[in-house]
Amino acid sequence: MARLTIPAEEYMRSGHAACPGCGATLAMRYVLKGLGPNTIVAIPACCWTVIGTPFPTTVLKVAMLDNAFEATGASISGLRAAADALKIHDVQIVGFAGDGGTADIGIQALSGMLERRTDAIYVMYDNEAYMNTGVQRSGATPQGARTTTTPIREGSRGKSEPKKDVMAIVAAHDPAYAATVNVAFPEDFVKKVQKAATIRGPRFFHALAPCPPGWSFPPEKSIELGRLATDTNIFPLYEIEGGRYRITRKLGRARPVAEYLKVQGRFAHLSPAEVAAIQADVDARWKRLLDREALG
Amino acid sequence: MPLQVISGNYAQAYAAKLARVQVISAYPITPQTTIVEKLADFVASGELPAEYIKVESEHSAMQVCISAASLGARTYTASSSQGLLLMHELLHWASGIRAPIVMGVANRAIAPPLSIWTDHSDTIAQRDTGWIQYYAESNQEVLDTALMAFRLAEHDDVRLPAMITEDAFYLSHTVEPVDVPSQEQADAFLPPYKARDILRPGEAARLGSYIGPDLYMEFRYKVARAMTRVPGVMAAVEEEYERITGRNHGGPLPTYRADDADAVLITMGTATTTARSVVDALRARGEKVALAKLRVFRPLPMHELRELARTVDRIGVLDRSYTGGLVGAAYSEVAGAMFPARERPLLRNFIAGLGGRDITPPMVETMYRRLLDGSDSEVEWIGLKERKEVTVDG
Repeated sequence: MARLTIPAEEYMRSGHAACPGCGATLAMRYVLKGLGPNTIVAIPACCWTVIGTPFPTTVLKVAMLDNAFEATGASISGLRAAADALKIHDVQIVGFAGDGGTADIGIQALSGMLERRTDAIYVMYDNEAYMNTGVQRSGATPQGARTTTTPIREGSRGKSEPKKDVMAIVAAHDPAYAATVNVAFPEDFVKKVQKAATIRGPRFFHALAPCPPGWSFPPEKSIELGRLATDTNIFPLYEIEGGRYRITRKLGRARPVAEYLKVQGRFAHLSPAEVAAIQADVDARWKRLLDREALG
Repeated sequence: MPLQVISGNYAQAYAAKLARVQVISAYPITPQTTIVEKLADFVASGELPAEYIKVESEHSAMQVCISAASLGARTYTASSSQGLLLMHELLHWASGIRAPIVMGVANRAIAPPLSIWTDHSDTIAQRDTGWIQYYAESNQEVLDTALMAFRLAEHDDVRLPAMITEDAFYLSHTVEPVDVPSQEQADAFLPPYKARDILRPGEAARLGSYIGPDLYMEFRYKVARAMTRVPGVMAAVEEEYERITGRNHGGPLPTYRADDADAVLITMGTATTTARSVVDALRARGEKVALAKLRVFRPLPMHELRELARTVDRIGVLDRSYTGGLVGAAYSEVAGAMFPARERPLLRNFIAGLGGRDITPPMVETMYRRLLDGSDSEVEWIGLKERKEVTVDG
């Protein structure tokens, strides 16, 4: 019989304001399951501003602070400083920001927080575009994806630049802990969060958060799509601790990226040659990750 | 009480230390830097047991203060010029979330062209952010006002952030004898911060939030109500401070020799000291001129300004900033405040001392001369290399 490893306690009530099939919602749920009630979540302007429900309601059972779009890294430094100054010891400080608020406008504050060695957890929930404002491309949007600012027209094939590698940027700061997590693998997700909870210092999660309206797929396929992202090696699951990489899910043979791409409207325009180019890129990145892991 | 010879910047730092601030966050910018350097010394030596977060931008400095205040910490930061402009977004956050942050500002010009010298354009540009604004004339006033600002900002009827500005170099780097209160005096004046409406670990709450058209306006109205309560609380705080230290800087619009004046010049910051000497010189020659120091710009002392309008026929406003419009910011504020008066005085605007240009006694005398002679120009730039008048019709 399977052993249930995910805590049953919920720190998110029903009644949130997310779209059906929202990965960002599950990401928050799993983060809080891993951290427990003595958590303060700081969020910038992002989908979660809305998901969290308007004043005077809140969907979380924990304390939540709204901060400026580009300032989540600074916000969690401030919360930790106050907790230290006021001798509040038993508290997890979490920044929970989207990919735009992290990879683009918030990268400076994130870098500052990592460099300052702030004792906090920063979660980038990555739905790969500015979803709350209507699917505009972000630095974390993958190459080839259609967004409202990278449309498919005669002279445009979606986003022309590759996805920004935020994990590499974070890794360059030598964080206490960093990991990729995927809402389609909740056991791995929560286990990593629980592990992070025992570590002091700056910790970072890159959480894949499939977005049905933004990626154009049916909401009931969110988990299936999430699994495909990892099992095609597009979004590998790994952790970095003390500079060492460890891949936490490894298949004997990855599935072709076409399986992941073809079920999403944002990639529907891709030609076989473009799909082949993405496959080659994913293979090269996977090999690089294996090499890093082998370095020990 | 120990008299110390310190700069305006050190006066800021001493005030923060005496206030026992719990979280400091700052980013360097000339000429503010020696404030945060001094605070770094206090923290490093253990004299001030505070958390000091050295951030990568002023924007982050203000966010650190806001988030720290959201857990109930007493916070302090300092900035200037471009740094303050970068903070602008966060200044709104601070007042909107009702974080009683105290900030020291060394008033410095805005680029381009780049200038590190005195100019009020940086803080005047923040007048619409919901912060209380003080403009100091001396290092003693900097220290006293900064200490009083904590008490005012944290007052239950106020709970708004406050900035204490000092003119770059004229105060920030000039040393003067300052009566530094003892820690016992400071403690007697300023009790520990009792925060309200903050986050607590383990309790469901959301601070900041988002809101529809059904309630947004009410939140702004609460800020406006708090602003209207500032003058009363400020007066009580100044009275209490005087009781403990013996010093009172005269409310938001102290006047000098204004009782029987034919013309009054309204000044801000260090130009006040120069203007005071000009008043004495002109009085000695029998000219009935006077001075009013606009110590508090936000909230604007409407009552005091209207009183002045009631008793004086000619009022000049000296703006040490240029804000892009046709008239100076302090001028338009003062004129707006005086407009409902039954008998409106003649109002004239003088723009001078930008980018650190000295405002000299002859320049101030020119301003009084224009007022007494009833100059035709509503706005005049004083002290230009090549004198040009700027009129509303161009």
